[in-house]
Amino acid sequence: MEELIFGRLTLREIPYDNPIIMATLGGSTMLLLCIAFLIWYHGKWSYLWKEWFTSVDHKRIGIMYVVLALVMLLRGFADALLMRTQQALAEGSAQGYLPPDHYNQIFSAHGTIMIIFVAMPFFIGLMNIIVPLQIGARDVAYPFLNSVSFWLTASSAALVMLSLGLGNFSHAGWSGYPPLSEKNYSPGPGVDYWIWGLQLGGVGTLMTGINFFVTILRLRAPGMTLMKMPIFSWTILVTNVLIMLAFPALTVVLALLALDRYTGMHFFTNHGGGNLMMFTNLFWIWGHPEVYIVILPAFGIYSEVVATFSKKRLFGYTSMVYASVAIATLSFMVWLHHFFTMGAGANVNAFFGIATMVIAIPTGVKVFNWLFTFYRGRIEFTTPVLWTLGFIVTFCIGGMTGVLLAVPGADFELHNSEFLIAHFHNMLIPGALFGYFAGYAYWFPKVFGFKLDETWGKRAFWLWIVGFYLAFMPLYALGFMGMPRRLIHYDNSHWQPYLVVALSGTLIIFGGILCQILQLTLSIRNRAQLRDETGDPWDGRTLEWSIPSPPPAYNFARIPQIHTRDAFLSMKKQAHRTEVVDYEAILLPRSSSLGPFMGGLTFVLGFSLVWYLWWSAILALAGLIGCVVARSWDEHTEEELSAQEVCAIETSLRHPGASVSFAGKPPPVQNLTFERSPLP
Amino acid sequence: MTTAQPPLELANIEREQDHDSVGLATFGFWLYLMTDCVLFAALFATYAVLHQNFAGGPTGKDLFDIPYVFVETLCLLLSSTSAGLALLAMQRLDRTRLLYWLGLTVLLGMGFIGMELHEFIRLVNAGNGPQRSAFLSAFFTLVGTHGLHVTVGLIWMTNMILQIGFRGITFPIQSRLIRLSLFWHFLDLIWIGVFTLVYLMGVRS
Amino acid sequence: MKKWIIPWTGALLLCPSWLWACTGNCGDQWAVLTPRGTIAGQEKTLILTALGLMLLVVVPVILMTFMFAWKYRASNPRADYDPDWDHSTLIEWVVWTIPTLIVAVLGYLVWTSSHTLSPYRPIASSQPPLEVQVVAMDWKWLFIYPEWHIATVNRLVIPAGVPVHFSLTSNAVMSSFFIPQLGGQIYAMAGMKTHLHLIADRPGVFQGYNTQFSGQGFSGMTFETVATSGEAFRQWVHQVETGGQVLDRATFATLEKPSINEAPRLYSLALPDLFDSILSNDTTLRTMTSHSPVPMTAIED
Repeated sequence: MEELIFGRLTLREIPYDNPIIMATLGGSTMLLLCIAFLIWYHGKWSYLWKEWFTSVDHKRIGIMYVVLALVMLLRGFADALLMRTQQALAEGSAQGYLPPDHYNQIFSAHGTIMIIFVAMPFFIGLMNIIVPLQIGARDVAYPFLNSVSFWLTASSAALVMLSLGLGNFSHAGWSGYPPLSEKNYSPGPGVDYWIWGLQLGGVGTLMTGINFFVTILRLRAPGMTLMKMPIFSWTILVTNVLIMLAFPALTVVLALLALDRYTGMHFFTNHGGGNLMMFTNLFWIWGHPEVYIVILPAFGIYSEVVATFSKKRLFGYTSMVYASVAIATLSFMVWLHHFFTMGAGANVNAFFGIATMVIAIPTGVKVFNWLFTFYRGRIEFTTPVLWTLGFIVTFCIGGMTGVLLAVPGADFELHNSEFLIAHFHNMLIPGALFGYFAGYAYWFPKVFGFKLDETWGKRAFWLWIVGFYLAFMPLYALGFMGMPRRLIHYDNSHWQPYLVVALSGTLIIFGGILCQILQLTLSIRNRAQLRDETGDPWDGRTLEWSIPSPPPAYNFARIPQIHTRDAFLSMKKQAHRTEVVDYEAILLPRSSSLGPFMGGLTFVLGFSLVWYLWWSAILALAGLIGCVVARSWDEHTEEELSAQEVCAIETSLRHPGASVSFAGKPPPVQNLTFERSPLP
Repeated sequence: MTTAQPPLELANIEREQDHDSVGLATFGFWLYLMTDCVLFAALFATYAVLHQNFAGGPTGKDLFDIPYVFVETLCLLLSSTSAGLALLAMQRLDRTRLLYWLGLTVLLGMGFIGMELHEFIRLVNAGNGPQRSAFLSAFFTLVGTHGLHVTVGLIWMTNMILQIGFRGITFPIQSRLIRLSLFWHFLDLIWIGVFTLVYLMGVRS
Repeated sequence: MKKWIIPWTGALLLCPSWLWACTGNCGDQWAVLTPRGTIAGQEKTLILTALGLMLLVVVPVILMTFMFAWKYRASNPRADYDPDWDHSTLIEWVVWTIPTLIVAVLGYLVWTSSHTLSPYRPIASSQPPLEVQVVAMDWKWLFIYPEWHIATVNRLVIPAGVPVHFSLTSNAVMSSFFIPQLGGQIYAMAGMKTHLHLIADRPGVFQGYNTQFSGQGFSGMTFETVATSGEAFRQWVHQVETGGQVLDRATFATLEKPSINEAPRLYSLALPDLFDSILSNDTTLRTMTSHSPVPMTAIED
């Protein structure tokens, strides 16, 4: 009976005996309570609910994504700090301070969180905010679906966070290879947290992929052909194709592992005819494109930043587009390089090795194109440019070690070693994270109407880049010393100095993160001085800079007609930026509380599945279906903003301080009458 | 019926946005189907890898009852036909026939699911459940995932019947019916793959 | 103090500086760079060749980055400024061609080296290879010498100058067998047999690892590889045959239980088909029906 109600959930699942976890739990619970109290004290809960949580506005959803990513970055970084400290200490007779069970969870959580809940939401947030603005759209194709996607991601992040205090997280690594992740080797709830955290968030991501692909293909402003589209939107388009093709593989592989664990099937088990190689293959068929899913958007951001701050057109736009498409296509042909050591034949290994190297060609072309965009430019060394320069130099090293690992014969010596750790951090930190930071600094004034503090931004950059080299270059050396990854303890005094240096690098990165927190706080406090009234603080080239900051809910009062690639730049040149006088009524999607509800139900579903609470799992699933059905009966999903209202908003945004009244002389207004046309 | 009417002239008041939104929704749904295709491709691949891993258990030849599955297949194929006829009725704005054909589709779909469940129960009771071998795990998962899709389609269709009953053939409902019928035909296609690769080839080897 | 110099300066001056420092006479701790076997030697050469080829592009690109960024800084009015210059067919050709050429050369290198360094490829030698069967267990390595009817745990002894053919499988989760100074690694997976051919050129002691995370006892799953002269090897075998414990069903059942930081053990082998039984998941061998994780107390000490 008790099992029927509580499944396998007992109070013993709270790790009382682990002081580190309990202190973290206590601290974060206090922090959450304080924040909740402050929001309540200022009477902002209803504002948050109405204006943010239920919002289907792509910009607000984007901001929530980025906030989620930044919060999770802190969690993922705390994990990194714990691991680095453990490895710096645990040599010879010293055992370090982490029990193995905890350490194993930490590195599994670090990888999962950094990829799925930092990199993904960070770029999805930026693309949510920027892509519709860049292509001249009023929202995404399916605004409500967008909200659901966000809440699915947020609830799966919450599920992963919960594993800290209730039960444990997976200790089978972020890639969860069976049979270690199978039930008989990992009976606890950890792997289940991992499965459902990835699975539910993955569904959200898949829907986002479809949403943005349709948005970009169908909602571009008139005249903006694909080859006139800003390069960031291009990389996002390609990224979303990758999401659509890769994520179903993740869904399948996680579902099969779940079936093994929950129902005793034999997909990846040692017995019953299971085949663990199949997991590895399916996982990396998703996993390798996933790398490009997080890196391509950053490439797009770098391209925008380089062109804007060199005050110059992007060099080789067409090459850039083809390079992105080539990278995406090739990314599906290289998954086997993650396991050359599995014993596939020489021909197979050679094929995948060469295919992997071929990716270096379009990637190299991109690097050259950025360099030639700098060439004969007028480079302003703003924070985004610093991130970009840091990226180019560092990424070259990472690319080099990557090609090295793509040589099967070399990979045999370096696979699964600290060299591999150094390599993929060397790709993902400059290749993805630095790009997101550049985008964060670049588009911040667009989103909030004031710039970020440059001094602290630059300090953050310098600490990050120095910390990065100190943290990861020693790991390359350790790889040459044969040190395997994920060790909790080692008996080799030669390794320790390198691990201590790596720890010092991590601490310096921590300083960088503190600078970023300080930068944000100071910028908010000094927002009056940092305010940008123009909507175009960087002398931008693309459409997002043509509208006020922060943009109104509908983005564009009139959808612009596009003639050239750097659309806004040519508008500025030809003085096309005349005041809009004819306003039209605009249909806006209505906020919906179903998004957060569905997120909540998803959380309950995931939680119930982890703890075998079958009754509540069924209820949550029924609730989710109910939400979808309820949505289908709702006919009031849009609301109209009248031309007068649009006019009032535009006037106040473009002429702040000007009093707006309709009683006087209303500006000329033209309401569009819609033609009635049959379906095709 | 006899005069070829421009089908949607009589439809509810529609606006340019509605028109766009149908195109937009259909396009997005089409993409969703493509991602579902990838999902099924992964499941088919899994089945292909594991279809000989009997672990000493029964093979497809021992288990599959082709005439039974053929009737099951006919149910689904006929339901696809009736779903097509329902869409034609929708274009003529013929509510009665639309409901009639949709009802028939639901019945045939339920027949299919019923037969599939019966087959599963028969296998499990004979000790040949998905835990028996990797082959059976892959079989149950592939066929079951398709069955799950059909079930979702049935819930969707029931919801549509209710909506048509209460609201008539409104514009959003037409848009949904178009997507539903895409979904239904897609499941038909997948089933043809399942029938051929799993059942027909399963009894041969 | 000396041991701190390379990590600090190396980290600051990037990894090439270590290569420079270590390709020559660096200590044995640079396992990958101090090969003691033909295979490892070829792998090291391959790593350095590939690295050198790539540096041909990477170094100029990094230099160009700094040069362009400095020359075209906004505060330098003397530099050219050409805001509309966004295409040059010549440059496009060059930037597509150079990486393609480098990759073509590397691709050739990959193709040939993948075949010559394939773990499945026997090493050409006048001597017949020594057969060693490797079983990854939770959490130790079991080495079976089928020709000599002995087995060891966490200690591999091989004659120097004789090729060794390893057949690998796992009794539990996936592991990866790696002796950096002798050459590349290969996975050991339950129900599957993988192969690896290595050779030690001269006597010595080389550290071996599991590199694939396998659970709580993963870090302690290391072993020493001792390469001896042929004579010493035969003596050692004889010692183990006569002096060691017997590996029979009962011993195996105990051995199979998860344990961590196992000290080396030597056995004479009473189960001639042990490897194949493990490979085929022979249930008569199995006394344990389910696997229980090691209690925390066992790990503390």
